Amino acid sequence: MKSAQEIFDLLKTKFGDSIIELVSTQPTEPFIIINPTEIDKVCFFLRDDEELLFDNLMNLSGVDDANGKNISDGDGATKIEGGTLSVYYHIESTKLRHKLVLKVSTQREKPDVASVEQIWRHADWHEREAFDLLGINFLNHPDLRRILMPYDWEFGYPLRKDYSNPEFYQGMKVPF
Amino acid sequence: MIIDTENNVKAQNGLRTEHMVLNMGPQHPSTHGVLRLELELEGEIIKKVIPHIGYLHRCFEKHAEAMSYPQVVPYVDRMDYLAAMYNEFGYAVAVERLLGIQVPERVDYIRVIMGELQRIASHLVAIGTYGMDIGAFTPFLYCFRDREKILSLFEMTCGARLLYNYIWPGGLSHDIHPDFIRSTKEFVKYFRPNIKELNDLLTNNKIFIDRTANIGILPVETAINYGITGPNLRASGLKWDLRKDDTYSIYNKFDFDIPVGQGLQGTVGDCWDRYYIRVLEMEESLKIIEQAIDQIPEGDVTSAIPKRIKPPVGQIYSRVENPRGELGYFIMSNGSVNPFRVKARGPSFVHLGIMDELCKGHMVADIIAILGSIDIVLGEVDR
Repeated sequence: MKSAQEIFDLLKTKFGDSIIELVSTQPTEPFIIINPTEIDKVCFFLRDDEELLFDNLMNLSGVDDANGKNISDGDGATKIEGGTLSVYYHIESTKLRHKLVLKVSTQREKPDVASVEQIWRHADWHEREAFDLLGINFLNHPDLRRILMPYDWEFGYPLRKDYSNPEFYQGMKVPF
Repeated sequence: MIIDTENNVKAQNGLRTEHMVLNMGPQHPSTHGVLRLELELEGEIIKKVIPHIGYLHRCFEKHAEAMSYPQVVPYVDRMDYLAAMYNEFGYAVAVERLLGIQVPERVDYIRVIMGELQRIASHLVAIGTYGMDIGAFTPFLYCFRDREKILSLFEMTCGARLLYNYIWPGGLSHDIHPDFIRSTKEFVKYFRPNIKELNDLLTNNKIFIDRTANIGILPVETAINYGITGPNLRASGLKWDLRKDDTYSIYNKFDFDIPVGQGLQGTVGDCWDRYYIRVLEMEESLKIIEQAIDQIPEGDVTSAIPKRIKPPVGQIYSRVENPRGELGYFIMSNGSVNPFRVKARGPSFVHLGIMDELCKGHMVADIIAILGSIDIVLGEVDR
């Protein structure tokens, strides 16, 4: 069992600037913010180090932080410019029984995050889902296709906060 | 036959042959919903399985962002519609943890009883339809006969048989019916011998064992790496149950065992093990129900429901042991009455991802056995 603070100190000495911050202000679980393109190296270490052994990825979820600038386009719809998209990783060790939360934030205009699919195969479909619904681009993912939306969906990413429905899809009127 | 590349097979006479691509679904009776499996076959041997999902996609997560916290409850019902009670349970626990509130003891007891009844009902569907997929029609009728009794208990409690909207953040929509305790005791007494009957009918049936033993073997390291949880992980031999290992509600007050797969008919982690774990778990659930129903205290079940749910800024990942595995909710709050982000990590979604790994090298007919044994509900896969 290691606490988030101990793991943070361990990662900080090993990876230096890639480990950005430990946030423990919120009431529930503290999380560690990591550089989005270095997350795979950090995760390899977290899984394979004998004191950590994080063998199980519980959940991976993308979030639209909606912290950019709201720009109204005239007909009531707003677009968000700038700001970040984030990915949260909830990992645990089934052997040592400790848990950890990691977070990466990436630019909305160029949302690149290193894939952890090589480390936990579980991440495969979750990353595809985050790509599908939020448009986060996972680098080195072997099969980054849409998963829940139709393959020919070209009207953006539904879970983004500035998403609006298309008027027609395949000749069918969408807002009813 | 010589295989020279990924896709091309050279027959003995020098002719070039190709792998055949076959679509199973979306309208196939044993896919348990709308699922399309794209199979790549070499004769009858499976080389690759690509699941195509999303036919039932409603984007529950986007809906949830426009709702207040209690309004999300009917939506979570509709994810895993065979275990709606447990979806509500998990969601209520997550929101309560985010708010930091404690519910009255009576609420916890009723939740556990409902949850375990739901687990039995869900396992009965899994077992019954599994038998039917493989060709044994009779057990299906026996299972549904018993499940009907559980649904009647739910109907008596909240008026609905499938989608309940009963467990709310902070409490329950209303108290149990005065007859509920007596009827549940009767059900437990009635149901216990039926498990033995089921074992005689299906579990120890020679044809059934031949179809399921040594098929789709899942080693425990692979299972963890793929995020497999619940009965499927326990069938691979790891004693891992969130009711004990990451306890929530009042599960630590009850005495029950966690059955693990032992490979009684074949290898540990095969289809038969995954099936049999569910049979054993029904018995453990009966134990929990018996203990809970004897100890249930008096109290008001609606007293702790907050008038207005406005959690502090922050996020939480909270998980419970759904009949199918780990059901987690990742909820983010920005301090308003609507959740900023809700993500449901459903077990079926995760379990379907392992199909390719399990099916490789088996015959086409075994896909049915493997898909039935991992027990998915497409409503939750697609959300």
